Amino acid sequence: MRRMAVAALALALLAGACGDNPPDSVRLITHESFAVSDDVLAAFTEETGITVEILATGDAGQIVNQAILTAGNPVGDVLFGVDTTFLSRALDADLFVPYRAGHLDQVAAGVATDPENRVTPMTVGDVCINYDKSAFTATPPPSNLADLTDPVYRGMLVVQNPATSSPGLAFLLATIARFGEGTAYPWQDFWADLRANDVSVAGGWEEAYYGSFTVGGGGDRPIVVSYASSPPAEVIFAETPPDEAPTAVMIDGCFRQVEYAGILRGSEREDAARALIEFMLSNRFQEDVPLTMFVFPVLTGAELPPEFVEHTVIPADPAGIDPALIEANRERWIEEWTSIVLR
Amino acid sequence: MDLDRSPLRRRFPLRTPPLLRTRLIRGGVAALPLAFLAVFFVWPVVSIIWTGLAPGGSFDGSPIAKVLTDGDLLSVAWFTLWQAALSTVVTMVVALPGAWVLSRFDFPGRSVIRAAVTVPFVLPTVVVGTAFLALLGPSGALGLDLEGTVWAILAAHVFFNYAVIVRTVGGLWSHLDPRLEEAARALGASRWQAFRTVTLPLLRPALAAAASLVFLFTFTSFGVILVIGGGLSTLEVEIYRRTTQLFDLPTAAVLAIIQMIGVTSVLVAYSRYQERRSTEISLRPAAEVARRPRGWREWSIVGGVLGSMALVLGTPIALLIERSFRTADGYGLAFYRSLDEMGRGTTRYVDPVAAIGNSLGFAVIAGLIALVIGLAAASVVAYRSSRASRWFDALLMLPMGTSAVTIGFGFLVALDAPIDLRASIVLVPIAHALVAIPFVVRSVVPVMRSVRERLREAAAVLGASPGRVRREIDVPIVARAAAVGFGFAIAVSLGEFGATAFIARPDTTTLPVAIFRALGLPGALNFGRAMAMSTILMVVTAAAVLVVERFRAPGTGEF
Repeated sequence: MRRMAVAALALALLAGACGDNPPDSVRLITHESFAVSDDVLAAFTEETGITVEILATGDAGQIVNQAILTAGNPVGDVLFGVDTTFLSRALDADLFVPYRAGHLDQVAAGVATDPENRVTPMTVGDVCINYDKSAFTATPPPSNLADLTDPVYRGMLVVQNPATSSPGLAFLLATIARFGEGTAYPWQDFWADLRANDVSVAGGWEEAYYGSFTVGGGGDRPIVVSYASSPPAEVIFAETPPDEAPTAVMIDGCFRQVEYAGILRGSEREDAARALIEFMLSNRFQEDVPLTMFVFPVLTGAELPPEFVEHTVIPADPAGIDPALIEANRERWIEEWTSIVLR
Repeated sequence: MDLDRSPLRRRFPLRTPPLLRTRLIRGGVAALPLAFLAVFFVWPVVSIIWTGLAPGGSFDGSPIAKVLTDGDLLSVAWFTLWQAALSTVVTMVVALPGAWVLSRFDFPGRSVIRAAVTVPFVLPTVVVGTAFLALLGPSGALGLDLEGTVWAILAAHVFFNYAVIVRTVGGLWSHLDPRLEEAARALGASRWQAFRTVTLPLLRPALAAAASLVFLFTFTSFGVILVIGGGLSTLEVEIYRRTTQLFDLPTAAVLAIIQMIGVTSVLVAYSRYQERRSTEISLRPAAEVARRPRGWREWSIVGGVLGSMALVLGTPIALLIERSFRTADGYGLAFYRSLDEMGRGTTRYVDPVAAIGNSLGFAVIAGLIALVIGLAAASVVAYRSSRASRWFDALLMLPMGTSAVTIGFGFLVALDAPIDLRASIVLVPIAHALVAIPFVVRSVVPVMRSVRERLREAAAVLGASPGRVRREIDVPIVARAAAVGFGFAIAVSLGEFGATAFIARPDTTTLPVAIFRALGLPGALNFGRAMAMSTILMVVTAAAVLVVERFRAPGTGEF
């Protein structure tokens, strides 16, 4: 009896699982921060007749690694969310089928594109130092990376561990881009000075922002590594919308992460996948990303929502490092960082 | 001590050789859990490890040598081992008085407290981490800065695993005949002597079962280490980093093997011990065992234990609940009211009621899978003493002691044919069940083993058919323990334990997933919503466990 019940249950579950994708749908593999407005997505389906199934898991690193493991027989058709730090690995693994989106020439000048069009840039996000404005009424807030080693800001900064956190890694890369290796004052020295100045290290963004940062959940550190979009988010997600954001961005020492999307090799629905890429690089989708994913559009024509215009600044000259260089050195940089800051 | 020692009797059972039909049934009972584990555990794990160690199809052993000579990785392995051992001991010491009070005494609110104890178990570590930081961090309310120390990790492990001890040990303790201890007392033994020489030996199977579960949980500790470990690392964290970030699958594979060897040796040692120690004892209905505390001394002991329990478990929980009501203008329901607004109009939107429904739905399915497979497995482990059943027992526990990343990535590389399950919603309850099965087995086996053979024989002598013996003796007694295991399985699923974080799933948001979504963006509202949903998760968990605990098979009495 019992076994029959199990068999029935298993069959029912399998039957539910087996329903293969109808040809007029496309599967989007992405990370857990992905979001899109319902009406925007519905507009795509209406225009093309294609429904989008969103499969989200983990972060950029995880989805790229999973795509490599399933190369040739992918779980989905389009992958959204390869960022600058994992781009080189994804391209080396030959994950994508080249496709040139129609609006590619309207992508903002500072955003790197792939000459072979295997991936298409979709969003831009800057990882920047944020600070609690109310903590800096008497003393001025830090204005550049070097300030953070000043005893005035002792015990004020919380960062994320680059070994386990994507903004943590981005901030480490920003310092490497700024101070360099083998220079008179290399990045290793800067971090040794940060440690001497009592920097705190959290495992991930959530713990840093909500555990240690004074604005988030009542921590005791007024300076945190977060995003350029965090101050607008503070306004939008305030209990009662304030006139100005409680936090601000330090425009020096930001690291620019570009997110890319590509059509996975082995997809059986390349046409639908291309349509989705086209759509995501259209104004409709691009203007939606600030308020759904809290990143910036890549299209020059896309307008920003007022909160983003008013409460944050887009760093004029954020750091960037060649993705190939990141891939080649990531492990060594993280290990060196660990022995300087944590051991 | 003059108690029936079962191994003798089990070795020479008063039974006729099993009929073919019985043999077939028994084979079937063992085959179900074996098939489940083979498809959803062994095959995926072997596949991902083989992918790591045989890039391009041919085996390459060099990563093994590399790991074994890497001082940093070896010290991670060593730290993993000793923090788990220490966490297990500390959790046992802290939680045993609680198990005692909750199983031996009857007082108002007991069943609610027993259900409430399960609550910490399901809370997401990120959420508890913020509460722990607020209590034990640099500006913590307790005035000690334990952030990033092993003390904070120990404290968190005690917090999360307290329920494991209370429920696994309490499950047996609440049925131990109190007259045994009373007899010892009447013969002049002190309270402590009576406990040490009578009760403790009887509890050993459950103590070992509970300790092995806590060890597995803390040996594979991930969230706690990431959130409050301040850069300390365990094998689990290293496997995660190397698999999801560095894409260093060879090293991850070697670390996964090391982790499994460690877990397996502990498990085999456990089964050996269990086999030698198990005694048949007379179990009593829980209602007969528990009694009102007598006199001011007992009341104050009970009060003291409950008070310390409230301190250890209650403080972080109270802080979370308080935060869910603490709005900018005083206490209120603003965060709860705004739950329905979170991400409204986008794919990020979470319908709070649907999230509760999804969580409960997965929990019931996962719980049923774990119950069916766990009971089949437990009857093999408990009623057959052979080397094979010992290994079988270890195999059942192994998924809990295996890195969730390894299993999750294993699903991805292994489950593409004959049916492509890689992005199937089916994997969610299955992944939960993998972790939950050990709880069912651990709750049931000690009780199954302790059912007195004499009771069965007496029933048989009185003319009961084997089926009737099973129905009237074994089933009622085991049903109660199974309910405890089922409650745990539900809690495991409500807390989203296991590999589900590493599989891409279609949008069916559960409460923990919704909590992570809220915590993924800045803003007071998001934090408040995360706290509100955590509070809801706690209430749902306590209520679900309470309902399961109340379950009685009709007409089976108070077991």
